[in-house]
Amino acid sequence: MAGLVTYGAYIPLHRLRRDDIARAWGSAPPGGERAVANSDEDPITMAQAAAIDCLGDIDRDSIDGVYLATTSSPYKEKQAATVVARSLNLRRDVATMDFTDTLRSGTLALRAALDAVGAGSAQRVLVLAADCRLGAPRSEFEQILGDGAAALLVGGDDVAATVEASHTHSNELIDLWRSSRDNFVNSWEDRFVITEGFLLNMQEGVSQLLKKSELKVQDVTKAALYAPDARRHREIAASLGLDPKTQVQDPMFDRVGNTGAAFALMLLVAALEEAKDGDRILVANYGDGADSFILRATPQIEKIKDRQGIRKNLASKRYLASYETYITHRGLMDTEGQRRPPMVSSAPVLWRDQKWVLGLNGSHCQSCGRTFFPPQRICVHCRSKDNFDYVPLAGRKGTLFTFNKDALALSADPPEIWCRVHLEGDVGVYCRMTDRDPDRVELEMPVEMTFRKFHDAGGYPNYFWKCRPTRESFIEAGEGI
Amino acid sequence: MAGITSYGAYVPLWRLKRDEIRPGLAGERAVANFDEDSITLAVAAATDCLRGIDRGTIDGLFFASTTSPYREKQAASIVVAACDLRHDVITADFTNSLRAGTAALRAALDAVKAGSAKRVLVVAADCRTGMPGSDLEANGGDGAAAFIVGDTQVAVSIDDYYCVSSEMLDVWRADDDPYTRTWEDRFVVTQGYLKLVQEAVGGLSKKAELEPKDITKAVFYAPDARRHQEMARGLGFDPKTQVQDSLFEPMGNTGAAFCLMMAVAALEEAKAGDTILLASYGDGSDAFILRVNEEIGRIGGNLGMKGHLASKLPVPDYHTYLRWRGILTTEAVRRPMTEPPSPAAMWREQDRNIHLLGVKCQVCGTTQYPPQRLCTRCRTQDRFDTVRLSDKKAELFTYSKDALAGTMDNPLVIAVINFEGGGRMITMMTDRDLDEVSIGMPLEMSFRKLGTQGGIHNYYWKCKPVRNRG
Amino acid sequence: MNPSAIRDKVAIIGMGCTKFGENWDMSAEDMMIEAAYEAYEDAGVGPEDIEAAWVGTVASGITGNLLAAPLKFRFMPITRIENACGTGQDTLRNATLGVACGLYDMVLVMGVEKLKDSGLSGLPEFFTHPVYGQGATAPGRWALGATRYFSSVGLSPEEGKRCLAKIAMKNHHNGTMSPKAHFQREITMEQALNAPVIAWPLGLFDCCPTTDGAAAAIITSTETAKKLRPAKDYVLVRGFGVAMGSGWGKENFDYKYDYLPETIAAGKQAYEQAGITDPRRELSMAQIHDCFTIAEMMEYEALGFSPAGKASEDIDAGTFELTGELPVNTDGGLKSFGHPVGATGIRMCYEIYKQIQGKAQLPARQLKDPKMGLAMAQGGHPGFLQPVVAILGRSDLAK
Repeated sequence: MAGLVTYGAYIPLHRLRRDDIARAWGSAPPGGERAVANSDEDPITMAQAAAIDCLGDIDRDSIDGVYLATTSSPYKEKQAATVVARSLNLRRDVATMDFTDTLRSGTLALRAALDAVGAGSAQRVLVLAADCRLGAPRSEFEQILGDGAAALLVGGDDVAATVEASHTHSNELIDLWRSSRDNFVNSWEDRFVITEGFLLNMQEGVSQLLKKSELKVQDVTKAALYAPDARRHREIAASLGLDPKTQVQDPMFDRVGNTGAAFALMLLVAALEEAKDGDRILVANYGDGADSFILRATPQIEKIKDRQGIRKNLASKRYLASYETYITHRGLMDTEGQRRPPMVSSAPVLWRDQKWVLGLNGSHCQSCGRTFFPPQRICVHCRSKDNFDYVPLAGRKGTLFTFNKDALALSADPPEIWCRVHLEGDVGVYCRMTDRDPDRVELEMPVEMTFRKFHDAGGYPNYFWKCRPTRESFIEAGEGI
Repeated sequence: MAGITSYGAYVPLWRLKRDEIRPGLAGERAVANFDEDSITLAVAAATDCLRGIDRGTIDGLFFASTTSPYREKQAASIVVAACDLRHDVITADFTNSLRAGTAALRAALDAVKAGSAKRVLVVAADCRTGMPGSDLEANGGDGAAAFIVGDTQVAVSIDDYYCVSSEMLDVWRADDDPYTRTWEDRFVVTQGYLKLVQEAVGGLSKKAELEPKDITKAVFYAPDARRHQEMARGLGFDPKTQVQDSLFEPMGNTGAAFCLMMAVAALEEAKAGDTILLASYGDGSDAFILRVNEEIGRIGGNLGMKGHLASKLPVPDYHTYLRWRGILTTEAVRRPMTEPPSPAAMWREQDRNIHLLGVKCQVCGTTQYPPQRLCTRCRTQDRFDTVRLSDKKAELFTYSKDALAGTMDNPLVIAVINFEGGGRMITMMTDRDLDEVSIGMPLEMSFRKLGTQGGIHNYYWKCKPVRNRG
Repeated sequence: MNPSAIRDKVAIIGMGCTKFGENWDMSAEDMMIEAAYEAYEDAGVGPEDIEAAWVGTVASGITGNLLAAPLKFRFMPITRIENACGTGQDTLRNATLGVACGLYDMVLVMGVEKLKDSGLSGLPEFFTHPVYGQGATAPGRWALGATRYFSSVGLSPEEGKRCLAKIAMKNHHNGTMSPKAHFQREITMEQALNAPVIAWPLGLFDCCPTTDGAAAAIITSTETAKKLRPAKDYVLVRGFGVAMGSGWGKENFDYKYDYLPETIAAGKQAYEQAGITDPRRELSMAQIHDCFTIAEMMEYEALGFSPAGKASEDIDAGTFELTGELPVNTDGGLKSFGHPVGATGIRMCYEIYKQIQGKAQLPARQLKDPKMGLAMAQGGHPGFLQPVVAILGRSDLAK
């Protein structure tokens, strides 16, 4: 029976204090913070990070599909899911799909994955949802939105949560929208959006679901509910008759913000992290209609360990210096660039080299046993020709061997820190460092590899790997991890 | 068993001679009218597919396109409303890839096989714009295909499919770019298209234990006519007998809808016992085996590919195409700007504006549009049944040709029309040949875009002369 | 200058050449590995025997690291050479000087170019002034020569185009016998004359394709060569000519665009070094620069194969065909191999080397008992040329 095998999540390292936004616009400080993708992150890189967290040491060849949901793909024509599939070194014959255009696309992708497994078309499908929506400067959205991603592995065997019931309906209403030419999310008047859109549809979805499954609200252990903001979240929970103290999954509005198409699934991951055998989790999502599911945890749920999940991602963070840093990261303000010719990029090179550019594979010499990155046809050490295996390096722990702080390099966030990293197995990797505090970079510090958007040379995003200080190193004392 | 239970298609009325784009080019391309986009094309194809089918039996609508007019807001939910389907249907948009059409088809098959739905309507529509002067502009076309995937009355069963995914910048369109871009043709074709489609078809043939001779008709995507020929040879098919016409001559490459439109054309000619190969391309390739049974004879009566291709009008010139596409902007009519539509009002009036529902008085039996609280004839209050008008034929009662209105198809034909079975509506007429407009002419309804204000696309129903088979 | 300073002092003992074509799945590094390992195997030496190397490329990398990194040469003297389309021959020339003076005894010569990563057809513009001459293309500039040359020698444009078509047909025909060529297909006169115009009067078949490739040679002193290989299996380096145009032709009112003075000068230098007085009789073959067919036609005269203004008569007589008096572009030339700029000159030498060894890849292409061959490639265009000529010969020519 199709269900969830495991889960993962990703929240960017950086948080922006909401008071910093308020200060920029002279409004009252609301307190709290929101998660902000770094300048080298987008829905593709965040989905990839969540996928890595989700897959753990699961055999990647066992994955039959990647369904990626977002409303903020960098492309209108060209699949985002294929980039992620290649960066995870999945099989070539995986079914890839993008689900977009609606905040409900995360749960729609989940539904399609459950169908694919239920129909026998696939054994295991990776469902990814990530969003990086932009609110116009000074708008309410700028305060309440957040960036993040969730990953769920849907499969037929060893499931940690089964799907007991589901409901879906569609609804035509212009409440939130972004036309193909718009940069920012638009909304009609809040009162209309909430009463006729959000509340009405969520209530309809959940009540139909409970009716179908012959369950009562009291049977729900935890409810992962989409809501546009904290106030509406309290309202919907109350109107459904849920006990806010015990039955409602914390929506994290004061720490992450509304992460769009990924939001409901991120709350589901948070609920799964705490779930015990037999727990019932209600997931309800909204956007051009509503989706809802009842999930039932199995004994398998308690065996899932070593995930960053929501908890560790929340605990490890770094504050952006200012509102201005945020708008620069999001490309809302041009800053003076260095006088350099435009960067070039070649599609055939990116294609030919994707084994290492996207998959971060090194070459492991079969003669002398040494590993090199990028892959070398002739072994650097023993000169043996074409006698190597590709080995993925993405999950290996590393230490910082040497570095600089380059103020001359073109960078959205100077200084650019270039590194020589030593990964486990004596592999040297020359790369940039991201998600770092320049004052805390030091020799021998532990680092890990992360998939990022490098630049837009050629008029399309070029993805590659960087190193970063371990996420663990940003966990502050007293965060309870 | 899951498979196709009905099919339909839509090709815009308008054709631009390729010669107008670049002298010496043969054939013509289908061009969406200025008031059409991928959503309206989808509604038209869905309507064609739904002919004779109870719309209440549809459980899901999957919309596939690379040119959805929204980034955030589902196109499928608009199509559901315009097709007057049930409220509790599964809706999803499949986008960002030329393979979106077959991805939606795969998901629909999964949904039916898994028991999540009995009947899913899959609609693929695309309206891509090539840079002026580019090959894509000349080879491209606009259009839509629709299939109902179900598990009863299956006319074409789909038991096997195979897909490969590929990461490659061959054809792409960035988030903020109106035009599709391509890398050098030779790279795109030799390393992308030719290799990947052959890989998917090869994988499927092995899985299904089929050889080229077992295939009655091969339907596959191609970027242009020459590559279509190359692929036919590469796959080992006899181009004369075994290969579905690529439709480049009369229509052009319709993106995410293209191979599905060719599939509709192939099914129109198919007989029980035929085996059809279907292969798409875009960030990889999906290949399917379609097996046709006796039920195929049941499907018909709609315009489909054949009828839509046969009925056409010429776009007068390239310049008109550029204007319709919004590439060339001309001086606006000197009138105050119209206000953006109110979403609250749009939502409230959705039944009449998008579903195009009228009402019929339970007392005197008069059909009226827009819906009234008090019967226009007998003044009875709130005792009405709803009547769907979008699928009714109508007749032109009176009209004007308004040169002051300043729409793109100046003069605007404002029409007063009478529906078959009663009901009257005042609306615009589109896709018209001005000289043919006359009192009493037969009309049908067409879902169109009135305009875009404040980032909101405002859709409504217009009437148009009935499209016949040629 | 001492014309006999290097004659027959250096020998080629091994060569390698990749398949030329749209090598989408190979980088410049991959192709250099293919070419080098074929050359090692041919010469019977290994990377550990190499003492120094020269690598030629126009735009696929800089510095000697370009070669050292993929082939894992540690701390070896390697120099990158660039001299436009003649880069290949000039790389061989610089390496030859290194061996002839006795400093090194085993040297790798590599030419490589990766063009198909650019997304362009044709060559990118390498060094351009912001406005002057901006936008001109290589075929466009050679077409300026064709228009004037035809008129000057008394050919109508139609007659001129027929001559060019015959050159294209000849080189395509030779290419059908070259498995490593980019194209292996015959073309007809009709196809050539009716092809789309690229830059009038030049049509599609007057132009070579845009191609990736690499070629390599291993050279040593003639003394060492005698010890390592039988006499029939090594080939002598006899002389070079290099003549950089000063650009005077472009701006000089007196230059008539109907002859190639730089090429004439480079040919003279090479003939003097190789001891040649009558190239048409003494050369067994020539591999020359048919980036455009008009270039090959004008080069017949510049290199002394045909009297000035008489190239068309020799073309009609079949002089330069495989069975003719002086076979030209026996492997199919740039027309069939394309023009991966840095590799082209070495690829030409590869053909001469194989012909002299009697090991042309397909026997149908093998010339009978060839003694000496000329390889000439040149960058630029009429009025501004950078020709480089190399002459190779059979081992028994050494005195």
